[in-house]
Amino acid sequence: MEVLLSIAIGVLTACGVFLILRSRTFPVLLGLTLLSYAVNLFLFASGRLRIDAPPLIRAGASYADPLPQALVLTAIVIGFGMTAYLAILALRALSESGADHVDAHREP
Amino acid sequence: MNANAPILPILIPLAAALLQMASGRLRFQRVVGLLATALLVLVTGWLTLLADDGLLRVYALGDWPAPFGIVLVVDRLAAAMTLLTAVLGFLVLLYASAGFDEEGIHFHPLFQFQLLGLLGAFLTGDLFNLFVFFEIMLLASYVLLAHGGGLTRTRAGISYVVLNLVGSALFLIALGLIYGTLGTLNLADVARVLTLPGYDRALARLAFALLITVFALKAGLLPLSFWLPHTYSAAGAPVAALFAIMTKVGIVAILRVQVIALEPVMPDLLDNWLTTLALATVAFAALGALAASRLHALVAWLVLLSAGTLLVTPAQASAEVSAAALYYLLQSTLAGAAFFLLAGLIAEQRGKAADQFLAGPPLPATWLKIAFLLAATTAAALPPFSGFVGKLMLLTTTRGVAAGPAIWVVVLISGFIVMAALARDGCALIWKHKAAGTPLPGRPVGWQRATATVLLIAAGPLLAIGARPLSDYAARTAAQLHAPGAYVTGVLGAGTTTGREAAP
Repeated sequence: MEVLLSIAIGVLTACGVFLILRSRTFPVLLGLTLLSYAVNLFLFASGRLRIDAPPLIRAGASYADPLPQALVLTAIVIGFGMTAYLAILALRALSESGADHVDAHREP
Repeated sequence: MNANAPILPILIPLAAALLQMASGRLRFQRVVGLLATALLVLVTGWLTLLADDGLLRVYALGDWPAPFGIVLVVDRLAAAMTLLTAVLGFLVLLYASAGFDEEGIHFHPLFQFQLLGLLGAFLTGDLFNLFVFFEIMLLASYVLLAHGGGLTRTRAGISYVVLNLVGSALFLIALGLIYGTLGTLNLADVARVLTLPGYDRALARLAFALLITVFALKAGLLPLSFWLPHTYSAAGAPVAALFAIMTKVGIVAILRVQVIALEPVMPDLLDNWLTTLALATVAFAALGALAASRLHALVAWLVLLSAGTLLVTPAQASAEVSAAALYYLLQSTLAGAAFFLLAGLIAEQRGKAADQFLAGPPLPATWLKIAFLLAATTAAALPPFSGFVGKLMLLTTTRGVAAGPAIWVVVLISGFIVMAALARDGCALIWKHKAAGTPLPGRPVGWQRATATVLLIAAGPLLAIGARPLSDYAARTAAQLHAPGAYVTGVLGAGTTTGREAAP
């Protein structure tokens, strides 16, 4: 499972970085979203991976570390808000400059 | 009451923002905002007085003991930074309440949220909580940057937001690595675990390198600083003035993490590269100041210059250098903010020429010219004002360190370049007129904006007069900061009792 998860994180990060380097705002936005997925999976993995273990400490039973789950939740909420704001900002740049270039230049 | 003091700087702006959002009336929002920030100045001033006894005040949120719950830690550094933020916030809000806040919606709640993020980032003793406060600060700053509208601000906003979102992703990766290797995110506990055996040193080192990179992005260290002049020169005058303290959050964070967690175990992490890059930032910012075509942009470069100068200090690992850096931080923040506000006022009085260094209509008010002279003298670090004192302290204390000669050469030469730039551009702004040199009937300055600007500019002479007590306080602050053992036991010792009992 560790291999699968690390491959997933790697692929997401690579795609995210590739898209962030594009020159239009929409791919950049998608790239940031992919990057935040990768980061969230990474944070989740920082508490070690366990199957069939609830994030609750009970006597004798195995449990998963609950803290990374709380951290991921916070990170998801913050990332979601930020991405939504960036989308609005990109739309505003589009309506003001007539192009969705990241520098908001008019197309040549 | 004393026991709950550390949480007040976070609660006051939060309550004010909620109250302001409940009513959309601008007048009500202004009154609430000004009252809240005035209260904030009093509370943080009181906190600074309390913290001067040298005890560590640990406030455990929800009464969860230290390594498990989130703690706020008030030492002299945190208290002094909150006081600086509150004073700056009050004066900038006074300025903005004279009309700038009408240019868009929700200015006042966002301003309070920005203060909340700044104050929280200075107070918190937990790395993940630091991330959350950073995000509150950034989210408010994204919207404040776009306040007033216009394509320039939107353009600057997009690159600023994208860059900071990538920075947040790196921050989270660093936090994930720290939690994965050390099993804790409380700064004091991180420092404790780092000294123990049994963790992956390479991964921990990587995590802290990433963390420092993120802080360097916020502080504007050279390869990561191209956004700063661009963004700050696009923001409105009061917003840029408030942003003058945002780079300082990154610098204080680097200083704190470096001194408390890194110095005992991996002192070589910041060596060489941080000082070199910081000096490169100083040189870059000086050249940028020389090339700037508008006063507002010039001040943005000066903010970058002061950030670069401050970034020289964390790698020196010396309490004396840190003390000088704290005084420099205090005065450069106020001087930068004052200059931004002044640039806004000057731009309004010169019609189409605005704050560009072109021949334009003469300035109608003499006090604006004198204010420019004072602000420029402080910013160029010429005697007798606080800029000079700050730079002198910094240069005196770095004389003995290994990188000393390089620091002297770069800082002095860039200081000369800045002085030349300011002299040339000041002449263009004040003395060069078009043939028909009659003052334009500019927008009246109004008492709020005049008061805010004059008070901030007066900080230059005042901080120079009060240099002795202030540098003494800075020395005590640095001494407390450079005793990481006391910090760790202060925070974790409170783990056995409760936060409430820990404070006297």
